[in-house]
Amino acid sequence: MVKFIIRRVLIMIPQLFLLSLIIFVLAKQMPGDAVTGAFMGNPNVSDEQMEKIREEYGLNDPWYVQYGHWIGKAVKGDLGSSYTHKQPVTSLLAGRVTTTVTLGLFILIVSYIIAIPLGIIAGRWTDTWADKLIVLYNYFSFATPLFVFALLMLYFFGFVLGWFPTGNSVDVRLDAGSWEYYVSKFKHLVLPGMSGAILATFGTIQYLRNDIIDTKLKDFVKTARAKGVPEGKVYTRHILRNSLLPIAAFLGYEITGLIAGSIFLEMIFSYPGLGQLFIQSITGRDFTVTTAIVMISGAAVIVGTMLSDIILSIIDPRIRIE
Amino acid sequence: MSLLNVKDLKVHFPIRGGFFRSVVDQVRAVDGVSFELEPGETYGLVGESGCGKTTTGRAIIGLNKVTGGEVLFNGENLATMNAHERKKHMRDIQMIFQDPYSSLNGRKNVLNIIAEPLRNFERLSPKEELSRVQNMIERVGLNPESIYKYPHQFSGGQRQRIGIARALMLNPKLIIADEPVSALDVSVQAQVLNFMQEIQKDFGLTYLFISHDLGVIKHICDRIGIMYKGRFVEEGTAEDVYMDPQHLYTKRLISAIPEMDPAKKFEKMEMRKEINAAYRTEYDSYFDKDGRMFDLKPISPTHSVAIQQGGM
Amino acid sequence: MAESVLEIENLRTSFNIKGNYYAAVDGVSLTVHKNEVVAIVGESGCGKSALALSIMGLHNAKTTKLEGQANLKGQNLIGLPVDKLNKIRGKDLGMIFQDPMTALNPLATIGRQIEEPMDYHMKLSKAAKRIRVMELLEQVGIKDVNRIYKQYPHELSGGMRQRVVIAIALACNPVMLIADEPTTALDVTIQAQIMDLMKELQRITDSGIILITHDLGVVAEMADRVAVMYAGEFVEIADVQSLFDNPLHPYTRSLLNSIPSNMSDKEKLHVIEGIVPSIQNLDREGCRFAPRIPWISAEAHEKNPKLHEVEPGHYVRCTCYKDFHFPEERVEDEHYVTT
Repeated sequence: MVKFIIRRVLIMIPQLFLLSLIIFVLAKQMPGDAVTGAFMGNPNVSDEQMEKIREEYGLNDPWYVQYGHWIGKAVKGDLGSSYTHKQPVTSLLAGRVTTTVTLGLFILIVSYIIAIPLGIIAGRWTDTWADKLIVLYNYFSFATPLFVFALLMLYFFGFVLGWFPTGNSVDVRLDAGSWEYYVSKFKHLVLPGMSGAILATFGTIQYLRNDIIDTKLKDFVKTARAKGVPEGKVYTRHILRNSLLPIAAFLGYEITGLIAGSIFLEMIFSYPGLGQLFIQSITGRDFTVTTAIVMISGAAVIVGTMLSDIILSIIDPRIRIE
Repeated sequence: MSLLNVKDLKVHFPIRGGFFRSVVDQVRAVDGVSFELEPGETYGLVGESGCGKTTTGRAIIGLNKVTGGEVLFNGENLATMNAHERKKHMRDIQMIFQDPYSSLNGRKNVLNIIAEPLRNFERLSPKEELSRVQNMIERVGLNPESIYKYPHQFSGGQRQRIGIARALMLNPKLIIADEPVSALDVSVQAQVLNFMQEIQKDFGLTYLFISHDLGVIKHICDRIGIMYKGRFVEEGTAEDVYMDPQHLYTKRLISAIPEMDPAKKFEKMEMRKEINAAYRTEYDSYFDKDGRMFDLKPISPTHSVAIQQGGM
Repeated sequence: MAESVLEIENLRTSFNIKGNYYAAVDGVSLTVHKNEVVAIVGESGCGKSALALSIMGLHNAKTTKLEGQANLKGQNLIGLPVDKLNKIRGKDLGMIFQDPMTALNPLATIGRQIEEPMDYHMKLSKAAKRIRVMELLEQVGIKDVNRIYKQYPHELSGGMRQRVVIAIALACNPVMLIADEPTTALDVTIQAQIMDLMKELQRITDSGIILITHDLGVVAEMADRVAVMYAGEFVEIADVQSLFDNPLHPYTRSLLNSIPSNMSDKEKLHVIEGIVPSIQNLDREGCRFAPRIPWISAEAHEKNPKLHEVEPGHYVRCTCYKDFHFPEERVEDEHYVTT
């Protein structure tokens, strides 16, 4: 068990190394660099001057030298500094990461709160009106594009009803740390969070419903009934334990979807998280920032996958063996 | 000359483990098995699940990689051939599988299923192909019109006939039948067994019949090899093995066959108890210190048993 | 005869297929006594498993219609609401399933799974339950009880798992056990062990057993009485010795002649003509086996075949058994006709 976890953690090292290498090379392939992004079209800066700046920042070195520099500093927590924001990438990202993680966690938790009961109801009472409604909702959440849905939410609850703020992650006039500050944070979180959560339920509901329908017919459920286990307990003790297990395991993988989703949500709700910064950094050719964000997202996926594997190995006795 | 001569066949699968998933051990699925098939005979490989009987069959036809030993078919060693050389011989060896449903592609109709081996080996015009398939389908007792039907439209016994028809298309010499009747009801099983005996005569076939069912094996086989943990325990004619079992494991296997005479049921139970007791007292004369079977040793012209050389 | 435990009367189980109900078990009556093993034998689709599940109340209520009675100690189980049935299942009525690889919950320890019926049917302390589990495990022939108690199903072999399944069925001392193909999924030597174990247990527990099987060998070794089932009906009921010594119904005789180990070597096995009728297109009026013995004249059969008591305790359905012969035997030997 411990051995399995250690091995799983160690496997991450080459994965992360490979990820960083790929990202770095790909980023280098992108047209233009930070200098072009910053000064292109600026009549006061000549091509010679741009070339001089490139030389100064080491942008003309061979890629592996540049990579060596970058990765050497990265492991020390120095991801370089942003050309457009004129500040170290690490401090620029710190606030953004917290904002995005808060949004992601909100979406994850709320979507489970919605999806798990609905999945259970639909799976247990198949072909009832409740099941049909849930399936209908599920088709809706699958078919609706996030950016359309989020815009509608923003328009309706933000502008028409005016219940929630329509941009930013907190009211900047409030003192950080005060009660009002946190209330404001939460209010800013609700609209993007709910938009994401309502659509994010799709996979969980679909999976849970199908799995319960399958598990209901398993022999060990017949065994439970033959023991005289009351119907409610047949579900809680036997069917749900088996059906919820993969959902717990998929928790780690969910991170991938959330990262992708956050880009849309943050753009639409002007929510200052990683996703928003990511788009800004691409349009601004802010190479160091882009690379750092892709690296963080990639690392999050790798860590998420690892978490899934470890969770599964803990809760499923069949995987627990050496 | 024997048609098939398997010499010291070994099929090992690596077990990976430890920190770097390196090969730490081998599963000796088949571990030194030798037997010969004479043309026209039916040879039974029998044993319980995991004994290596199916792996042996699959290794002969090339579905499992041979780790060691020889598989001589008409004197040529299939085990060392590459895929191209092997293909020439493969039309002479065909396999019939256990589950007649899953071994037939449900999306193909019977014509396409049965014609498939033909298409792999021969270039025929569609007309020729059709007439060959129709002949065969009639030969196995199905309606010629049924070639445009799909597997799910047939009963279990009929599906197994389709599987057999496919195997017969290339006029093979040897048929490896892996549990061909295990998924069938007794009355359907009887139908397939009778039919297999019939076509054996008509087509001059040699069977390697793999089964866990001792009743079926006894009924259909001339000679029998009993396998346990990847090795042969005992080999002989049906009579040798059933009437005069020598190895403790064979005795145990034979005594496990349900007694068809209700009057003898407690007798049989006592017999099993005695054999279990013998496992505790006589174990060392039948298994070496690693729990492995000894090599086969002939005790009569037809009968060999895995006992210690010079022992017993 | 010992006192009766289970009395099945005119039980009919019908399944909804495209809006219509078709009977898979079609008016079956049977009495099981204390300490008696009654085997129900037949080929797949004959309704034997449907019968077992009907008694246990394990069919999907939405698509199944149950009629008739199954009286366990005087209480009719058929049509009993689930909460009432749950007071009986696992307590007076235990079930052993076919496939030990799937019959156990993969995520619960063996100990928990055996304790579970006691949670609902017995007032026992935690410690007392544990002691009872150890006792049961020993009873079913498991040696290392402390270790097995904590293990999960996947850590056990098939034979061991089937012993656990049996221990679960026995947990609350049932008066009636239903075993649905308990040895079919097992290897021969393991099958023999489980058969011997069940015979031992039957001696000490006194419960009645219904043994569902397709294997006449298992029947011969385990049963006291046998009911042969074909197309939803019992066609022959007899004590085991009479059934094997003097099988009467054409189906029973055909079945016995199609078993390889029953025939001398290389002899042709008997093949039953035609196929088993599906429950949708089954002629429920006449003799259901008639289409499979077309060489027997129509007059030999009864209109609405009933079970006839030919000898005390030996019942045969339809009159056709009197005229039955295999196609290869010709009718000239008159004594054959009267048996």
